[in-house]
Amino acid sequence: MNEHLLSIVLFTPLAGFAVLMFLPGAKKNLIRIWANIAGLAGFAVSLLLLARFDKNAAGFQMVEKVDWIPSLGVKYFLGIDGISLLLVMLTTLVGYLAILASWSSIQERVKEYYAMFLLQQVGMIGVFLSLDFFLFYVFWEVVLVPMYFIIGVWGGPRKLYAAIKFFLYTLAGSVLMLLGILTLYFQHFKQFGFYTFDISALMQLDMPLHLEQWVFWAFFLGFAIKVPMFPFHTWLPDAHVEAPTAGSVVLASVLLKMGTYGFIRFSLPLLPKAAIDPWIVQTLAALSIVGILYGALVSLMQQDWKKLVAYSSVSHLGFCTLGIFAMNPNGIAGSVIQQINHGISTGMLFLIVGIVYERRHTREIKEYGGLAHVMPMYSVVFAIAMLSSAGLPLLNGFVGEFTILQGAFEANRAWAACAVLGVIFGAAYLFWLYQRTMLGEVTNPKNLKLPDLNLREWAVFLPLIIWAFWIGVYPKPYFEILEKPVTQIVERVRPGYFAGQAAHNVAEVSVR
Amino acid sequence: MNALYTSTDHFVLIPAIMLALFGCAVLLFDFLVFPEPRQRKYLILFVALGEAFCGYGLWRQQSFLASQGVAEITAFNGSVTIDGFAIFFNWIFLVTAMIVSLISYRYLEIEGEHHGEYYGLIMLAQCGMFFLASGTDLITLFIGLELMALCFYVMVGFLRGEKQSNEAAMKYLLLGAFSSGFLVYGFSVLYGIAGSTKLRDVAAAVALREPSDPMVLLALATAAVGLLFKVSAVPFHMWAPDAYEGAPTTVTAFLAVGSKAASFAFLVRIFVGPFAAARELWMPLLTVVAVLSMTVGNLAAITQTNVKRLLAYSSISHAGYILLGLVAGNSTGMEGVAVYLLVYTFMNLGAFLVVVALRRKDLVGDNVDDFAGLMHRSPGYALLMLVFLLSLAGIPPTAGFIGKYFIFLSLIQTGHYVLAVIAVLYVAVAIYYYFRIVRCMFTEKEASIEAPASSFGVRVALALTGLATLVIGIYPEPFVRLAQTSVLR
Repeated sequence: MNEHLLSIVLFTPLAGFAVLMFLPGAKKNLIRIWANIAGLAGFAVSLLLLARFDKNAAGFQMVEKVDWIPSLGVKYFLGIDGISLLLVMLTTLVGYLAILASWSSIQERVKEYYAMFLLQQVGMIGVFLSLDFFLFYVFWEVVLVPMYFIIGVWGGPRKLYAAIKFFLYTLAGSVLMLLGILTLYFQHFKQFGFYTFDISALMQLDMPLHLEQWVFWAFFLGFAIKVPMFPFHTWLPDAHVEAPTAGSVVLASVLLKMGTYGFIRFSLPLLPKAAIDPWIVQTLAALSIVGILYGALVSLMQQDWKKLVAYSSVSHLGFCTLGIFAMNPNGIAGSVIQQINHGISTGMLFLIVGIVYERRHTREIKEYGGLAHVMPMYSVVFAIAMLSSAGLPLLNGFVGEFTILQGAFEANRAWAACAVLGVIFGAAYLFWLYQRTMLGEVTNPKNLKLPDLNLREWAVFLPLIIWAFWIGVYPKPYFEILEKPVTQIVERVRPGYFAGQAAHNVAEVSVR
Repeated sequence: MNALYTSTDHFVLIPAIMLALFGCAVLLFDFLVFPEPRQRKYLILFVALGEAFCGYGLWRQQSFLASQGVAEITAFNGSVTIDGFAIFFNWIFLVTAMIVSLISYRYLEIEGEHHGEYYGLIMLAQCGMFFLASGTDLITLFIGLELMALCFYVMVGFLRGEKQSNEAAMKYLLLGAFSSGFLVYGFSVLYGIAGSTKLRDVAAAVALREPSDPMVLLALATAAVGLLFKVSAVPFHMWAPDAYEGAPTTVTAFLAVGSKAASFAFLVRIFVGPFAAARELWMPLLTVVAVLSMTVGNLAAITQTNVKRLLAYSSISHAGYILLGLVAGNSTGMEGVAVYLLVYTFMNLGAFLVVVALRRKDLVGDNVDDFAGLMHRSPGYALLMLVFLLSLAGIPPTAGFIGKYFIFLSLIQTGHYVLAVIAVLYVAVAIYYYFRIVRCMFTEKEASIEAPASSFGVRVALALTGLATLVIGIYPEPFVRLAQTSVLR
């Protein structure tokens, strides 16, 4: 069991899916219960990862490596490091909470709905665990189909348009990424005489800069569309607005992280020369900053509650990519933490929209107002989610944004200055949203009788709230988990960075 | 050596002999043993028996090649050759013919055109395919082509009472005859160059000439017209949508898969054989044809409302992808052609099978709207169709991805980056029209409450193709190895 823990984590949802397929479709409650058991089991086994993870060990842990398609050099190769550990934990937790949150909101085609969620869960976990590029690509594509159906079948009025747009955009990016992968694969054959997709072997490659740049841009299209970075973000608001609540939660919390994860895991270590090429770094940082500001400004003027949260994702993910391309330990560690934070806080925000939507069937902000009087508990939860998203100290968002800004400041002060504006705008649209919906008198009589959070809804929020406070108050374990992998990546991309840093410190001390 | 018919000849020819024999036997049995129309479905047992003998012959040949460690067995003074290539393709033909026979009886009964000669035609067409894959002589190849094509002309027009079917057959016959004329003209020029019809001699003679030699150019241009017509590549694709739509769906499946695979085998034999030396001449030509095929096929498919037409255009685009493997021309590319055709067999047959399964007395089932709400009526069919469509688009972990993988890799290896980018971007276009069907199946209200009542044969065939599409996608190793043995050297 111990040697195959990662496979168990990966395939638990698949086992749940397989059993689910044999349950009678008419017994909705049985299906709901089973889906919740499967989701919870998926989270429970992933807790074992925490127990067995050694944060002091460098490199990948709990590695599993078996030949899969030997004639193509493809391996079933899984492994985990601090970065993927955090993202896997986020996936299993949010994946389960999404299933729990769907209990009453989904009444039609219940069986297919949960089947799609469990299948998608396998794909997402697989993306974060794969260390073989072929395997990674397979999981990467596997995720698309369930999400297409979640949006396209259970979504809002323009669901079909949103679903196919999501599919086409991400597919176009990922097939170009495939060409990049195949280029690396072939280059490895040219230099070492055998074919492999093993990323630790591909790291040995020494390619000319121009080739690395081409591959970088191919990867960039795959990852940037997924993140989504400005100007590839246009699929995101459509997909989010039309998706059912739980679909939005998973989309925002986990799916988008596949893109940022791709940058950290593949673009930087495999293409170090291209990754520090000044032109590329500046372009990507500029796109990130534009994304931060643009996302925030567009959020400010949204009439639709859910669309506002969707655009805020563009802004927050801008921070994540900015942190990555600051290319220093603070930036990258901050970026990973911010990815988790975004998963927690935006997940909560989408759940919050979903709760009123389920009760009132509208997301127009002006339909609401003064909900704090009617739903006091709800307004408290919303306040926590909002503050966490806005980056208030003692909550998780602050830790991530602060660290990223530190990294950005170190890399380029102008970047930090622009990004800080994003924090201010972020606070503006979130507080304003809160004010318009929660505070003041109840303006709309339809809102007078709205029930407050029920027990199940509390159960969905509670783990996220606890996690938000944990990261906000005591982030040290997270930084410890991230230290080794982040150091490795920085060392790989900027060899001598730490030696230079040490020399710099010594020089400073001696001057004093 | 001078004997008219040696034991080697016999050994090589056994599969074809069996096909011809059983094909004719089916015609006889049809009115001697099963005079009742209702009994005709038992003819399938004869087809199966014939295919079993044919398969046994193939298996013997395959194990002979493996045990002797030789690359090929030639017969009839080098007119027919059994090599890995021929065996690989013959297995594809066998599977295709068997599946098509299995799915046909119910369909033809509904159409009211269930006749015994249908099965005879299938086997005779397969016999023609045998010679297309294993012929190494211009005349042999041409006769194989005509044998196959003539059977198809009849089968496309098999619904005698239907205008559309007749029109399709007529169109296909006229254009097909025209293209055969071009082809045979090209062959005559090749004969003029070499003074021999053996592919090996022709290849040697062509290699002696300058690549820019006008005679070679003429032979290439005219032969290419005929060959590209058969694989329905743009600009010689015009017949495909009409023939596919008009033909009985079972025949469409056979045409789209069997005929296409055989024509590609033929095309590879000619381009890698006699024209191997003129590679720099035909490579730009095939590049243009491949890009055009992907463009026209994919863009025209977007607007189709008839699933058979849609699949016809998609098959045109698949021809483009396969040609790209030839354009790359390295061993990965040639493996890619083989793997692609293998997976194409299963996924495309599967897609047509679902259309066949939807056929009822009152419902043709070939409009996109006929698929509406299929997920509620019969989730099994809808899910299988989803798998086939994903595979046709090339989304992992389905078989179609493995086919496309080889093509893309071969393009990267040979430095055709622009072609590779074009090829991958058309995947995104393709998903758009394939998902129009998916959208209909999963998100729209039922077109009718009645679930399709399919025959046992259709269910078996669906299970087989669906399983193959998934298994090749998830564990392609044995199939890749099989394809590697089939590369022509």
